[in-house]
Amino acid sequence: MNDRRLENLIGNLLRAGVLLAAAVVFAGGVFYLAQNHAAKVDFHAFAEESANLRTVGGIVRSAVELNSGGVMQLGLLLLIATPVARVIFAAVGFHLEGDRMYTIVSLIVLAVLIISLLHAA
Amino acid sequence: MTVLFFSLTVWAISTVAGFLGSLTGLGGGVIVVPALALAMGVDIKYAIGASLVSVIATSSGAAAAYVKEGYSNIRIGLLLEIATTIGAIAGAYLAARITTHAIAIIFGLVLVWSAIQSLFGEHLEHEAIVASDALCRRFRLGGDYPVNGVPRKYGVRNLPAGFSLMFGAGTLSGLLGIGSGAVKVIAMDKAMKIPFKVSTTTSNFMIGVTAAASAGVYLSRGYIDPRVAMPVMLGVLGGAFLGTKVLVHARVGTLRLVFGVVILLLAAEMIFSGITGKV
Repeated sequence: MNDRRLENLIGNLLRAGVLLAAAVVFAGGVFYLAQNHAAKVDFHAFAEESANLRTVGGIVRSAVELNSGGVMQLGLLLLIATPVARVIFAAVGFHLEGDRMYTIVSLIVLAVLIISLLHAA
Repeated sequence: MTVLFFSLTVWAISTVAGFLGSLTGLGGGVIVVPALALAMGVDIKYAIGASLVSVIATSSGAAAAYVKEGYSNIRIGLLLEIATTIGAIAGAYLAARITTHAIAIIFGLVLVWSAIQSLFGEHLEHEAIVASDALCRRFRLGGDYPVNGVPRKYGVRNLPAGFSLMFGAGTLSGLLGIGSGAVKVIAMDKAMKIPFKVSTTTSNFMIGVTAAASAGVYLSRGYIDPRVAMPVMLGVLGGAFLGTKVLVHARVGTLRLVFGVVILLLAAEMIFSGITGKV
């Protein structure tokens, strides 16, 4: 396993992740438009959306109930997960290469990402 | 307006933004946010939330193509991501502390700078290869990239300066929901003397990870509303994909001119609306 092969593998996995995320968002979008196409919308004033689309658990529950907003948000969550997966793969890859310095660098970046995502836990 | 009209219009705007952003290398966010805020009357917090999501989509989606070309340097990317991700969290916190008017004005100023880059920026690839300095050697940042199919070795310098600039790039990204790829390229190309091609592709690699660091904060604050983000993400992703397909044939010089003028106008409107309190 060298850097180039590792990056190639990661690149292909990421593209698959993005396509999956886009498919889920699209499916949720079709649901949403089918149910609400004639409803009026206004995003002029920021109003905190219901708590169930602001946490990972809430999003998953809402998506499982096939709520269109929940399905779209689940797709967006999958998308947010792709760069996180990228860093995890890099950490594993550097570890397999026996590169301790960059395994630690990858883990530091991962820790910062997790600290951010814990806001939405 | 109705849900259908809103969704289709935002999708169309986002497709154009993703297309132009991909051709000019400035990303779709710099058009999407002002277009949503000014034309569609969307609160800027929803606009930056939707833009941030689309930034992740284009960065992760393009990774495979860039890797195949053999330019990106994963070590440089990861090491500098320590700075961009911490900056991004700081920026996301800042976005909640300051008023939307202030965000609009700062966004406008960043747009002016992007326009100047697009209109007058020099795009000469500096081919001067430098030797790594002691610190960059310690971190084994040097690498090689293909020049006419032959690998050419390059060195890296000025890690502390690059690291500081990257913290700034991360803060801007978290504050405004944009990729701030231009700042990242400057940090690598100008400050760290990394070859231009390596800088731009490594910057793309970093943009997604940087944006993911603010995404958790954005999500928990409700900035990412799926009803706004859905058409933005699908549009920008599709537009960026189209952009990569026509890149070879397009007259990039003309496009940069159009893009520069468009964002200059958006910048003026954004700053004006911010000052008068309309956005």
